[in-house]
Amino acid sequence: MKVALEARDLACVRGDRRLFSGVSFCVDAGEVLQVTGRNGSGKTSLLRILCGLSAPEEGAVCWNGADIRTLREEFARELLYIGHQNGIKDDLTAVENLRLASMVGGRPATDDAIDAALRGMGLAGCEDIPCRFLSQGQKRRVALCRLLLAGRRLWVLDEPYTALDAAAIGTMQETLHRHLDAGGMVILTTHQEVALSARMRQVHLS
Amino acid sequence: MWTTIRGVLIRDLLLAVRRRQDILTAVLFFVIVVTLFPLGVGPEPAVLRDIAPGVVWVAALLATLLSLDRLFAADLRDGTLEQMLLAPQPLALLVLAKILAHWIVAGLPLVLMAPLLGLQLGLGWEELQVLMAALLLGTPVLSLIGAIGAALTLGLRGGVLIALLVLPLYVPTLILGTGAVENQMAGLSPEAHLSLLGALLLLALFLAPWAAAAALRIMVD
Repeated sequence: MKVALEARDLACVRGDRRLFSGVSFCVDAGEVLQVTGRNGSGKTSLLRILCGLSAPEEGAVCWNGADIRTLREEFARELLYIGHQNGIKDDLTAVENLRLASMVGGRPATDDAIDAALRGMGLAGCEDIPCRFLSQGQKRRVALCRLLLAGRRLWVLDEPYTALDAAAIGTMQETLHRHLDAGGMVILTTHQEVALSARMRQVHLS
Repeated sequence: MWTTIRGVLIRDLLLAVRRRQDILTAVLFFVIVVTLFPLGVGPEPAVLRDIAPGVVWVAALLATLLSLDRLFAADLRDGTLEQMLLAPQPLALLVLAKILAHWIVAGLPLVLMAPLLGLQLGLGWEELQVLMAALLLGTPVLSLIGAIGAALTLGLRGGVLIALLVLPLYVPTLILGTGAVENQMAGLSPEAHLSLLGALLLLALFLAPWAAAAALRIMVD
């Protein structure tokens, strides 16, 4: 079977501190990987390495057997990363944010698709308000709408449930389920219990 | 590829429209700096005419500098920069789109304001035309070089640091830009200076986006 995303012997050094080393795992189609560990153990650093935003001190990240640093754009077409920051502009409305983000991502979303995504995330009625006036949880939902629009296979989510209420967490779980059923992959960090019945792996950083 | 570039361009222009005061601040700064010179140097028309090209150009450099630290810093804060680094297109192209937006917002208004200020300092019609042509070729160079500085000082708290880094690099543009107008005033052809300015623009157009993109990757790591 073809391994989709593979981490080989990753090590990360921040300043003088060695956060982790010898981290290896692989994620196949339809699988979730949850990265666990206490605060400061390097979860975010690991996710950033997996995306190619930072370079690992040792080791490599491979997509279908090829190093992501050589694949670059080809890998970027498969990846969607949502980090701590939402990546939305406060001065633009939710619709503008999503439309322009999808254009920057190279796959412009139609107005109907954006409307459907916003409604799916429970943001009906907030479409044309500048995001500055939305709450933290609503901004997070706008960011998560990109999951529905981008059509990427690998989702890397850093604390996706931050600031979300119970209803939104439920919606997110459903969204993740559908993505996994369609053969997608998810890597996430969260301090919340994740009830994902699909094949789930864990990596613990200590 | 064009979709990505258009996305970046439209986003930055839309943001500029939403925060009009930022554009106005830079243009007003430009106007005020130039207006201070007659007050400081005295109203002698011959003197003002002589220093006019230099004054307008130095004011243009400073006004450009004023808007540079916003170029990537806001994107870093809200996470859109990360998304740009992960876009399925070469980062240099996205950076080029951002620089183009910066020029339209910060450089083009200066070009359009310059004739008025030149007139105020006593430049003739033909000299004004050369001044505008020189600024039209020169201000994009300022945005391009400035982008490298903005990328290199990303995340560092220093509006002054970027000035120290970028202003020396602006010297060739300044010399060629003022030289073109001065030649025209002396009755010589400004063509040589303008051609060199054009060459500088082409060079910066090819090199600056790559350099800024490389700097961004390092600073975000």
